[in-house]
Amino acid sequence: MTLSSMNPGEIATIVSIHTDESLHQRLLAMGFRVGKHIELIRKARFSGPLQVRIGTTDILLRKAEAEKIMVQV
Amino acid sequence: MKSIALLGMPNTGKSTLFNRLTGSTSRVGNWPGITVELLSGKILLGNDMVEIIDLPGIYDMHGFSEDEQVVRHFLHDNVPDLALIVLNATQIERQLSLLLQLKQFNLNMIVLLNMADEAKKLGITIDAAKMSAALGMPIFLLSAKYGNGYPEALQAITKALRYSTPGMPETVRSQLEQDEHIEREMSRVLQQSVQIPVHLSDNLTTRLDQVMLHPWLGLPIFFGIMYLLFQAIFFFGQPLQVGVSELFGWLRETTIAPLLGSLPAALQGLLLDGVYNGIATVAAFVPLIVLFFLFMAIVEDTGYLSRAAFLMDALMARMGLDGRSFVMLLMGFGCNVPALMGTRVMRSRSLRLLSMLVIPFSLCSARLQVFVFISAALFSPKAAPLVLFSLYLFSFASAILTALLFKRYYPNNEPFVLELPPYRFPTLRQMVMRGWHEVYQFLHRASKFIVAGVVLVWLLTNLPPSAVPASADTWAGMLGAWLHPVFAPIGITPDLTIALIFGFVAKEIVIGSLAVIYGMSGQALSGALALQLDWVQAYSFMLFTLIYTPCLSTIATLRNESKSIGFMWFSIVWSLALAWLLSFLFYQGARALGY
Repeated sequence: MTLSSMNPGEIATIVSIHTDESLHQRLLAMGFRVGKHIELIRKARFSGPLQVRIGTTDILLRKAEAEKIMVQV
Repeated sequence: MKSIALLGMPNTGKSTLFNRLTGSTSRVGNWPGITVELLSGKILLGNDMVEIIDLPGIYDMHGFSEDEQVVRHFLHDNVPDLALIVLNATQIERQLSLLLQLKQFNLNMIVLLNMADEAKKLGITIDAAKMSAALGMPIFLLSAKYGNGYPEALQAITKALRYSTPGMPETVRSQLEQDEHIEREMSRVLQQSVQIPVHLSDNLTTRLDQVMLHPWLGLPIFFGIMYLLFQAIFFFGQPLQVGVSELFGWLRETTIAPLLGSLPAALQGLLLDGVYNGIATVAAFVPLIVLFFLFMAIVEDTGYLSRAAFLMDALMARMGLDGRSFVMLLMGFGCNVPALMGTRVMRSRSLRLLSMLVIPFSLCSARLQVFVFISAALFSPKAAPLVLFSLYLFSFASAILTALLFKRYYPNNEPFVLELPPYRFPTLRQMVMRGWHEVYQFLHRASKFIVAGVVLVWLLTNLPPSAVPASADTWAGMLGAWLHPVFAPIGITPDLTIALIFGFVAKEIVIGSLAVIYGMSGQALSGALALQLDWVQAYSFMLFTLIYTPCLSTIATLRNESKSIGFMWFSIVWSLALAWLLSFLFYQGARALGY
């Protein structure tokens, strides 16, 4: 499933990241790596951005970007 | 002169450290190899003057964002004698990657683990000595905000500068393949020297966010905070603004005017009503800008700005903007100038430009003065508030329309991936530094432009010397008559056209200019306007005033912030065109309906 279809409070493992290279680099630097645990903290109203936690860092990203990240609960 | 570069990820307190190092001596400057300006400052270290350069915060030395390229090009063309690597100790497990990337460049460097106080509170213990041994470079724990550990670090920096730099390898890009190696080394160092609790304790940030980002309460709280901020800025700002203009008026009457008394009348007018009024116009913005950035520093440094982006993003994304643009748009309802300057928090240039195109449509407090006066003169006490409210609606509608029309020309290709920092208390020092810095920038860059504009309008409305100032015989009057075919279809008379020319300088002087044009003021002016205009004309005039260029200071700021004269002209022309079109539709529509 994709990161965007997770529910708040769920923890999953990143399986793969399907983005262009520049976004991939950016996500890597923020801690998005295959095999890492990722927690969905909350989603904004009206299909707004998602707040996720990887390790000690909280990150906001839009739904469009979250759809490119595959996870496994 | 030896140079020190400050390097690190965003949100590491790098700028706080920079301010602590350089005090208030910093300036913005250009550097070889890069097109953006960087902040730098010169300080005395040991016996030598040293230049410190604050590089943009980056996540990755091998990344492709604008900032990452700037840093690489800067390092390539300006190898510093020492690099200070600032890392956030609370996120050490993530930030170590940047350090290891930099290590491979063979730079002379010192590592500063900032926010040591916060790391301690989270239960993260870092053994600086062990880590230093593992990495083979000097490492210091410090808190740039409170100054703990700062003297030791400064001493080490002074010492490190005595040795020369081995030089910068040309093949920065070839390091890309090393990323895997970096990952392995990261885990080795972390295992040896860092302990992080498995689950971070349920801290203040988490609990605050449960309320501030609540699905239903989040937005009302956001609007409440914005409203309070807005009220606070104008509660404190307006008396200060009035005070400054009274001070300038008093100086003029008691000192400047008598000093110039012996000069010919025309030259006196030019100096007093042109140059001196121009300087007074610039000065009147100073208290507002200081206050605005004092409060913006709170919003930004506490971490709330990122939360606002989270809350408003869903709506703003459809307009090609993001949540931060909305905060600035709202702030523009106070004054457009600091709101435009505030767009600097956005890294993507096209997002910034689109936000800057939209902000001038915010009905600022200066325009409000005009509308209050005219709606009181032309409308019944019952209708006047509705008229004002409708103008606010037009203000929002113009902003939304502009964003929707132009979003495809300013495609925001920067993905929206933001870090959400924990809530922090900004220090007074941080806030004051920010306010001072912004005022300095404004005075430094906008003042000449604004004074020149005020002088130009004075010349237009006072020449030729034979004409009565602001009358139909002046150049402005002739311009008004010449423009009459353009303004007649929207119901604006040549007299009012002269007022619009004045309004180009500042909306604060529109009513004053009407007083000069009609030769009367206050109640008498209201009466004269009510006799000369009907409500359709008056509303059309207000609509035009609302939408066309807010003021010279806004134009000067647009030019400085966008660094593009073309963009400035585009903003001016588009707002004039939209103002004319909406006034035309309104005026002709109302007339067609028989009003």
